[in-house]
Amino acid sequence: MSRQMGDSHRRFLQTMMSNGIISASKAVALHRHCCETHGAHYVADRLDEFINVINAQLQPLFMHIRKGMSEEDGLEYYALVNVTETDITRMASDYADNELELFRKTMDLIVDSERGFASSTDILNCADSLQTKKLKKKETELVLNKFVQDKWLNEKDGDYTLSVRCIVEMEQYMRTIYQDLIKVCHVCHNIALQCQTCENLTCGIKMHFPCVARYFRARSDPRCPECNEFWPHEIPEMQHSQSRSTQNLPSSSKENTAPTSSRRSRRL
Amino acid sequence: MARNKYNWQGSIVMSQRKKAVSAFQSKTQRRSQLNLDEEDEDANFSQITSSQAQRARENFTNDQIDRKVAEVVQFILIKDQKKIPVRRADIGKHVIKEYKAINAEILTRVCRKFEQVFGLKLVEIDQKNHIYVLINKLEPIPEEPVSMRPGNPKTGLLFVILSVIFMKGGVIKENLVWNTLKKLRVDPGEKHDNFGDIKKVVTDEFVRQKYVEYVKIPHTEPVECEFRWGLRAEKEVSKLKLLEFVGELFDQDPQSWTQQFREASTAETNSQSSHTL
Repeated sequence: MSRQMGDSHRRFLQTMMSNGIISASKAVALHRHCCETHGAHYVADRLDEFINVINAQLQPLFMHIRKGMSEEDGLEYYALVNVTETDITRMASDYADNELELFRKTMDLIVDSERGFASSTDILNCADSLQTKKLKKKETELVLNKFVQDKWLNEKDGDYTLSVRCIVEMEQYMRTIYQDLIKVCHVCHNIALQCQTCENLTCGIKMHFPCVARYFRARSDPRCPECNEFWPHEIPEMQHSQSRSTQNLPSSSKENTAPTSSRRSRRL
Repeated sequence: MARNKYNWQGSIVMSQRKKAVSAFQSKTQRRSQLNLDEEDEDANFSQITSSQAQRARENFTNDQIDRKVAEVVQFILIKDQKKIPVRRADIGKHVIKEYKAINAEILTRVCRKFEQVFGLKLVEIDQKNHIYVLINKLEPIPEEPVSMRPGNPKTGLLFVILSVIFMKGGVIKENLVWNTLKKLRVDPGEKHDNFGDIKKVVTDEFVRQKYVEYVKIPHTEPVECEFRWGLRAEKEVSKLKLLEFVGELFDQDPQSWTQQFREASTAETNSQSSHTL
């Protein structure tokens, strides 16, 4: 029998609305805070159940609190997303038409790229050839800053990639638009922009860095799960909180990982 | 049946007056078919009888209505994100196009959704022009682990301005606001690191959001303006809490400002019965 929606759930939802996306550790803290504030029955580690109550109410409104993983740090995040959208309409009210066009073009560059990043030079070139209305260099820089501030893009050394919020929100849209052109992680089956690739040309499967870390953890002889060729790339270290089990991840596959000793540690 | 292009804004005030006179005379006559023409536009919200609404409702499935409710909720949420008040006319123009006859029911459901799911209240701040804002039903908590309104320094700025206006009796000349801000090192003449163009934020953004009113004082040369509380501030901001805050600032009992305290207390009791649909 599902739990009723109470003020603790509403407060949680309101916070999600203000922030757009929060990390799993913040979500856990928020869960406790909301329950304590409203005197609701609190059970630690039952965050997903708590969120399911909210999602049940959000479903008829075509909204959803979705869990996703950051490609960069492998940490989990919770994002409030719109389910109806077939386009980037979520952003439509905040940006001008040409800014939206620039965003789409930037997304094209990022999806197309090897490393999942678009350089500012390439983006500036796009800005110069927009169909709606060209953007000057200074204007482009301001818009890019805004994208970063609003958590749609991440910036690193002058290169831009899609933020975890963007991917979680727009995964469906991106799959529709890009179809086979978009890379998918072999381990978790989600969109993969920053990833490692199997060097075997007839294989070429991709894996997120954090997924590689998890999959090849403590393996001296890493081999491609698909073609069994030696996996030549550097295996990244697993992050601490990454080691917690990941139930409810959208389309998470049966992962071939040994249970880790730190999985149930309680540090927030 | 041809669909006319409606002009909501123009017809509202006119048809209100017409309605009052002819409503009871020829209501049944005019409404025999649900063929809505321009005159009836605005009446859709207030003067469809329950039996007519009932009949209209049978034209739509539950799923369709639920879907419309979801669209309106999203529409209002997006507007509210920017603190732009929602005009009932806009809801009709952008969202409820074919569902006009059951507008009232849709809006009732929308209100209920906001309360049940989000803990928000859709409140009419302007009953003449039917303008709504979303206010929070949940009490703000000082120590949230994740901030509710991440990084909005403008709230502090607004709060200071509203306090000055309130403590000084509800209307003040603009100079008082600018001087107060200058004392806080927020100079409307200069570009501020956080707020940018202060004057624009205060006289344009806050006014559009209905937090303050900024009106010309007649017969002033050069033109001077005065500040009052806006309709949204009246609904959203607790004068009592504001007075408590001022009391802490000056280390005085809020009741020592008898006039303001009286006004704040009255406002508090009145807000218990706020206007909803």
